[in-house]
Amino acid sequence: MLHPVLAVLVAPLLPGVINRTKAYFAGRQGPPLLQAYCDLAKLFRKGATYSRTTTWIFRAGPIVNFACLLAALAVLPLGRVAAPLPFAGDWILLAYLLGLGRFCTVIAALDTGSSFEGMGASREVQFAAFAEPALLVGLAALARRAQELSLTPMYAGLSGAEWAQAMPMLAMVATGFFVLYLAENCRIPVDDPNTHLELTMIHEAMVLDHGSVDFGFVQWGAALKLWVLGALLVGLFPSAPADRPLANLAVGLGWMLALAVATGVAESSMARIRLLRVPQLLVGAGVLCALGLLLGFR
Amino acid sequence: MSILAFRHLEKIPSDQIPAVSIDAFRRDVLGAIAEGCRLVAFYGMPRANAAVRLVAVLAHDRSGELRAVAADPGESYPALAPDCPQAAGFEREIAEQWGVQPRGHPWLKPLRFHRSYRPSRDAWGRTGPESPPPSVLDFFRVEGEGIHEVAVGPVHAGIIEPGHFRFQCHGEQVLHLEISLGYQHRGVERALVGGPHPRTIHHVETLAGDTTIGHALAYAQAVESLAGCRVPARAQALRAVALELERLANHTGDLGALAGDVGYLPTSSFCGRLRGDFLNMTALLCGSRFGRGFVRPGGVAFDVDAALLADLRGRLEATFRDVGGAVNLLWDTPSVMARFENTGAVSPETAAALGLVGPAARASGREIDVRRDFPSGIYRFAQLPVSAVAGGDVFARAYVRWLEIQRSVEFIRGQTASLPGGAVRAPCGPPAPDATVVSLQEGWRGEIAHVATTGADGRFARYKVVDPSFRNWPGLALALRNQEISDFPLCNKSFNLSYCGHDL
Repeated sequence: MLHPVLAVLVAPLLPGVINRTKAYFAGRQGPPLLQAYCDLAKLFRKGATYSRTTTWIFRAGPIVNFACLLAALAVLPLGRVAAPLPFAGDWILLAYLLGLGRFCTVIAALDTGSSFEGMGASREVQFAAFAEPALLVGLAALARRAQELSLTPMYAGLSGAEWAQAMPMLAMVATGFFVLYLAENCRIPVDDPNTHLELTMIHEAMVLDHGSVDFGFVQWGAALKLWVLGALLVGLFPSAPADRPLANLAVGLGWMLALAVATGVAESSMARIRLLRVPQLLVGAGVLCALGLLLGFR
Repeated sequence: MSILAFRHLEKIPSDQIPAVSIDAFRRDVLGAIAEGCRLVAFYGMPRANAAVRLVAVLAHDRSGELRAVAADPGESYPALAPDCPQAAGFEREIAEQWGVQPRGHPWLKPLRFHRSYRPSRDAWGRTGPESPPPSVLDFFRVEGEGIHEVAVGPVHAGIIEPGHFRFQCHGEQVLHLEISLGYQHRGVERALVGGPHPRTIHHVETLAGDTTIGHALAYAQAVESLAGCRVPARAQALRAVALELERLANHTGDLGALAGDVGYLPTSSFCGRLRGDFLNMTALLCGSRFGRGFVRPGGVAFDVDAALLADLRGRLEATFRDVGGAVNLLWDTPSVMARFENTGAVSPETAAALGLVGPAARASGREIDVRRDFPSGIYRFAQLPVSAVAGGDVFARAYVRWLEIQRSVEFIRGQTASLPGGAVRAPCGPPAPDATVVSLQEGWRGEIAHVATTGADGRFARYKVVDPSFRNWPGLALALRNQEISDFPLCNKSFNLSYCGHDL
């Protein structure tokens, strides 16, 4: 149970680390590391306003998305730290939980009837059509490699020796997962989390109408999604010996923060790509994962 | 051919502008355009008995010659716009201000949503005492399978001025963009009538807040010409330094904003600070970061001493070095160039037909620059090369700005190194009666045109202001054709037009 609790509590730190890294590169001081916690505390104290055109779907969106991510933590290991409820085929459930969360965010956006949220939802779904197969194929490659059907043993089997042996395959899947991590979390080069320009947003456009507690869950959910997809990636990296769970947890947390710093560096050193090019990027990630799968059959 | 040719800033008696029949007027204007002239201003002049006279001012850039012709159209006339697209905006303005109907205008809609200046003469037959609400009207519509409409503004997500943008889209592709402004209309042109009075300079300085020096300079030149005032050389040089500082600040800010729109942080954050450094240099000259209170008819309000000049040059060199570092990152970053290149291209033909001005026109390969073609003040002696590039896309508009930054810095270096001595202000008398003067200045956004006409009492009977934004907004609408809607903010920023400069 240690990992899910840690994830829920520490996830809001990740956007703080990314923002501080970006601020460093921009020559600014940046917001405090714990800004996201302050924002959440503020949002959870606020009263909500709802448009008359919205229904219960709009209110349900952020909560269901948050619940989906919590459920995903139940089957998600962090490196060699086992998940609380591993079972054969849980990687499929993970992919579908992420999909369900996305679906609820999208229909909540459509429920407002705003053209901006509609555009954001349409883009999100279009890109998801490329991102979801890539995630499934990448996880299938890992399953094939480990000859296991559950995430926990899949990741537990990865050691330094494994990297020496299956380096090309793991590197390809890791690269694919890094692209997915950026794309699914609306980071540059796919989306710009800081933009105020309605016409260019993807994720931010979908949540324009949410406020107060709902928006708190949106923000917390976004941080959790960073954690979930980050865990899939950093789990591939070398970790502590399997019999020391606390050391493994610490190493996993360290990798996660390093990944946030790397994201900040990536965001500081490149521009967003054109929206029409995003599918190409995601297909590229999918192809890398598929090659990893093919190498696994060798 | 009954058109009057005259020089820039030449005081001409108003009755010398030939008033011809409307057919001859159309022939003269269209003939001049065919010869390579641009329409600089086209406006209505109130006459006795509530009549309105149309006046067209044209510029022939290569010869540096201005031309003017007038006509009395009555209540309607055959529109110029079908044969001369650059007249379309001016004709909408005339119809709205004076209720004179241009027959056969392809898209006759109000521009600024105010009541007609002539009571009970409304081009749309609207009655009632209150102003019409902005943007409440039909927009151009595209219909068909999968076509959808996106409405943006007037309230935007950022801290910018209000304007309404109506996109007709097919998926992410924009088929048509219609821009509807007028939310910032203050009635400045009407307030200028009866001037110059003590408030006039303040009205002019706030025509477009980021072009304070440019508009104040155009106004001061007009008044000085009407009054026959000779501006001391030192003041002329200081005015040009202030104008170039304004250009530096805004171009730097624009390049940073362009980087911000594509999510490229380093240039975005550095240029934001460096723009402030240039504004502070303007504050060094006159105490205001936006140059308020610096340019006055007859000269400038503040002199500089050697210590201040040394400080200014030191700051200029330091800031320019940083700007070079930040801006060159843009051209060296492939992901930025991939966004800038081939986005929002305007062809040279379109730019000429719409009469675009300033960096937007020069980015489409049009070699026009008031500082070279119609020089005034110190620009007659210290010339700047025209920074024109081919391409017409966002990259071209960004690169023109970078070229102009370098040339403006070079210009300020030269001027501050050899600043003429003497006074900075000469007394400026009252304007001559019954005279007209056309004053042009190259603001950072492009050509600023002021046409001042005095009445028998030596007061402004009409003061026409044409901000470069008025000319360039249609260019933005055409740049968006067949682009992705997500590229709109980027294209918009590459033009960076003023809303209040358009709405006046």
